[in-house]
Amino acid sequence: MISRESMLREEMASGFSFVPFDLPLFPVNRIDSPLPESDALTLPAPFLRWFAEKGWRPRAHQLELLSRAEAGQSTLLIAPTGAGKTLAGFLPSLVDVTRRGKLPPGSAFVGIHTLYISPLKALAVDIERNLLKPVNEMGLPVRIENRTGDTPQGKRQRQKLNPPDLLLTTPEQLALLIADGEAERFFKNLRYVVLDELHSLVTSKRGHLLALGLARLRRLAPGLKTIGLSATVAEPMELQRWLVGQFPDKESHAGLITVSGGAKPEISILRAESHVPWAGHSARYAIPDVYAAIKEHGTTLLFVNTRSQAEMLFQELWTINDDNLPIALHHGSLDVAQRRKVEAAMAENRLRAVVATSTLDLGIDWGDVDLVVHVGAPKGASRLAQRIGRANHRMDEPSRAILVPANRFEVMECQAALDANYIGAQDTPPVGKGALDVLAQHVLGMACAKPFDALQLYDEITTAAPYADLSWETFERVVDLVATGGYALRTYERYARIRKTKEGLWRVSNPMVAQQYRLNVGTIVESPMLNVRMVKRNARGSLGRGGISLGKVEEYFLEMLSPGDTFLFSGKVLRFEGIRENECLVSQAFSFDPKVPSYAGGKFPLSTYLAAQVRKMLADPLRRATLPDQVRDWLALQGDVSMLPREDELLIETFPRGSRHYMVTYAFEGRLAHQTLGMLLTRRLDRAGLKPLGFVATDYSLGVWALDDLGAAFRARAPSLAQLFDEDMLGDDLEAWLNESFLLKRTFRTCAVIAGLIDQRHPGKEKTGRQVTVSADLIYDVLRMHEPDHILLEATRNDAAAGLLDIGRLGTMLKRIKGHITHRRLDRISPLAVPVMLEIGREAVQGEAQDFLLTEAADDLINEAMGAGLHTDG
Amino acid sequence: MHRLVHATSAPATSAFFQARTTVNGVAAICDPLGGLFLPDAGTLVVSDLHLEKGSAFARRGMMLPPYDTLATLRILEAIVARHNPGTVISLGDNFHDRTGSAAMPETFRLMIAAMARGRDWIWINGNHDPDGASGLPGASMDELRHAGLIFRHEPSKADGLGEVAGHLHPSATVRRREKSVRRACFATDGKRLLMPAFGVTTGGLDLRHRAMSGLFDRQQLVAHMMGRDRIYSVRFANLLG
Repeated sequence: MISRESMLREEMASGFSFVPFDLPLFPVNRIDSPLPESDALTLPAPFLRWFAEKGWRPRAHQLELLSRAEAGQSTLLIAPTGAGKTLAGFLPSLVDVTRRGKLPPGSAFVGIHTLYISPLKALAVDIERNLLKPVNEMGLPVRIENRTGDTPQGKRQRQKLNPPDLLLTTPEQLALLIADGEAERFFKNLRYVVLDELHSLVTSKRGHLLALGLARLRRLAPGLKTIGLSATVAEPMELQRWLVGQFPDKESHAGLITVSGGAKPEISILRAESHVPWAGHSARYAIPDVYAAIKEHGTTLLFVNTRSQAEMLFQELWTINDDNLPIALHHGSLDVAQRRKVEAAMAENRLRAVVATSTLDLGIDWGDVDLVVHVGAPKGASRLAQRIGRANHRMDEPSRAILVPANRFEVMECQAALDANYIGAQDTPPVGKGALDVLAQHVLGMACAKPFDALQLYDEITTAAPYADLSWETFERVVDLVATGGYALRTYERYARIRKTKEGLWRVSNPMVAQQYRLNVGTIVESPMLNVRMVKRNARGSLGRGGISLGKVEEYFLEMLSPGDTFLFSGKVLRFEGIRENECLVSQAFSFDPKVPSYAGGKFPLSTYLAAQVRKMLADPLRRATLPDQVRDWLALQGDVSMLPREDELLIETFPRGSRHYMVTYAFEGRLAHQTLGMLLTRRLDRAGLKPLGFVATDYSLGVWALDDLGAAFRARAPSLAQLFDEDMLGDDLEAWLNESFLLKRTFRTCAVIAGLIDQRHPGKEKTGRQVTVSADLIYDVLRMHEPDHILLEATRNDAAAGLLDIGRLGTMLKRIKGHITHRRLDRISPLAVPVMLEIGREAVQGEAQDFLLTEAADDLINEAMGAGLHTDG
Repeated sequence: MHRLVHATSAPATSAFFQARTTVNGVAAICDPLGGLFLPDAGTLVVSDLHLEKGSAFARRGMMLPPYDTLATLRILEAIVARHNPGTVISLGDNFHDRTGSAAMPETFRLMIAAMARGRDWIWINGNHDPDGASGLPGASMDELRHAGLIFRHEPSKADGLGEVAGHLHPSATVRRREKSVRRACFATDGKRLLMPAFGVTTGGLDLRHRAMSGLFDRQQLVAHMMGRDRIYSVRFANLLG
């Protein structure tokens, strides 16, 4: 008999690189068989009985995590999907509560024992289901409940009065719970916080809010331990630090248990017979092959990057679904009830395929999925690893996955991602510095819970890793922002939301403030969405009322529609009838061919890692040779007509087309960085008098067009490309552009909502997204004009630089290509330039160009040569 | 906000683009700063200033920047200087709420007093400020007949011949090359004219919204849209719904 110690010793010796999963170390099905002494010491009898009945035994890392937790250590467990991570995370809690036993009726209030936080509501619900099964089978005296935004008010109230032992919830619910007056009582006996999918929880503003919540929990329950569960990440130490309180003079971090291994997934790239398109994201060409794959497998999950791609794929599959296979659709814009139905059907294995977006991301258990199809480029190797992991929750069997590139560049990207998966490369984004708008929200929440002492709260907040470097001055400014808006013009003292009492504590001015806080909690600011409602036309042709609600759609999308246009939503072709109040009215369209293609661009920019891989592939004839024929021929032609850039080389092509001159830059740095580059380059070209008219950015390249011959200008060094691409564009040009950029407005809106300057919702007064958008833009303008150093503008600039503009990445690129720019002056478009040229006309219009369009519209009127009474003056 | 930059940084005499129109036969100029000038009467009309909107929100717990009043008044100063009108009509919703005019800081009060010096100043009452302006120069009233036109805050249900009104904050959208641009606008069919909202933190309502239905003869309706520094005139039929 191999003891637990000897097993662990083996693992240690091999650096935890290999764990003998499910080895028949304890292949006995008899309750009375002797147990290894160590297990008997660790696990209470019901657990041992259960394992024995199942013929299973706990895995080494599960026991290791348990013993570390019992020794009072916080721990990060990194393990691939299927390694029993979830059970490992809950084992310490289940064991501890079982030892304590059921509380006799009438005992004093104990509060919750364990808090489980997941990034997704659906995941919290799912975990409850999966956890209840063994808990019931073992007959453990453990109460488990979930609490999400969907939990009815009555149940929430009951949970506060009579809390379960294990509460499964989301970061937003935690924020609400700690802002409650009863938080102290509720959490005082909290032993464990289990954080699932930690790698994805920590990287956003949501992660910042959660880190602050955790700091508060540590104060309410000083003995509390954290258990982080994560997929493989590049920097585990960042997560280890995140899990425990940080203090100025001492490095502290959680322990680490790493489980690697699992069978290598079998991934292939779809090689369709038909023509792979040059550009676009629909992957329509591959539908028959995808359908064939669905037929060959039991249950298939099809992932796409955006909602509209999901709609399109779903529609196309049903068009050829001659066998009437049960194929369903699942994305975040659909009605909740509809989503739950699909989830339930999936769990019961009643579906053959589900087309889904990232709402189904992360570790949800989806029954017996045996194939994952990923349509479109995976945009980032770690996302891919996640999604492939879904296919199979048993580690010893390989997962099956098919990648379906939507265009030729994506073929290369898929190949790169495929290579990345094999070598286990990860590019999870870093935790980042704690956002100030999130801090403002938290500060208000803490005032709602109980009057706070500023110094004490500052000390608490700086124990949260993202805020460890927060200065006292900045903290004071944030408190001021919460109290009166933080304006230099101090006119709002009498309206302050929080005030300092005589005792020097900050307290909320009135109950309405707390109510407002509760309605606005969270960091996910939705882009303005309108409800989509199906209506019928009556006999007279006018629209009826009160049809079923199909879900929500982004307002910007509707702005492109005219009544009568048809579009895809909720798997149906719908006719846009108009907007009434805050709803988008639609009717059934009797057509299978939607007129308006929805935006199908990838939301997730190409990761740095994959971009580098694609550049390598372009430069390397051997790697190019592994690509499908169509793509290889395309690249070969590019080599003949122009050239294929070396890995460290920046290729710029110029060529005339129609009455315009084009310049295409192959930077491979992702759409966001290219957009920023496009804005800055056009400013510079404009200054050089070359009359740039516009630009379009894709993940791979940037196209700029102008009236003047750009190629001739670069040849004559007026300006030279080295000057044009000099790093100094990130100085004044960036500053000047930022100041009038619409991107900043959008970012500001998010910051203003999170910081509580603008309500997302207001008691009794539902604002539409549009109203919020408009006022946020106007507020931004006024604030920038009168108080450019305001803390929210600072927060906005920080956010934009890091996120939307990808300035860091652009800077690295400009440095890298210095002295490595190659200009090809062509007399016509090159094969490599085709994809970006096909994107022209799809981008949203910005800034100056808006007035240009207005001029065009107004010129029409002038051309109409209207009668007297109307002419444009000046 | 280019309107704001324009008003405060460019000299009032610099070239600007405005649109001429007529309302019930009365000549009128749509100024890109957001006001309507009637050259024959020497009258300037502005609407929906929504002064003290920031503080109105602050009272309810939303700490919007306290600079909106100043910004709006600066533009008002610029447009008054540009046209040097004998009469100024502010067409209602002059203040964001009833307490606005009484609670307005002294500095702003002085700015208004300076602008009103030597002119007739009319505050038309709006739904946000039905009680009139308090402690400010000029007269408050519900409506005014002047220069062959009738001025009121909310457009009437009647045919509206010669009516100049505000209240609805009209805006319009044009679509070109599959892209759309939305701007505040003056809207007129030659009989009635709706004013754009003048206040810097006021939003807009699309001309196709049902609140606008029945107000205009859509065959004749033109949206004079506010660009950065000029007016763009677009027929209703060419607007995006």
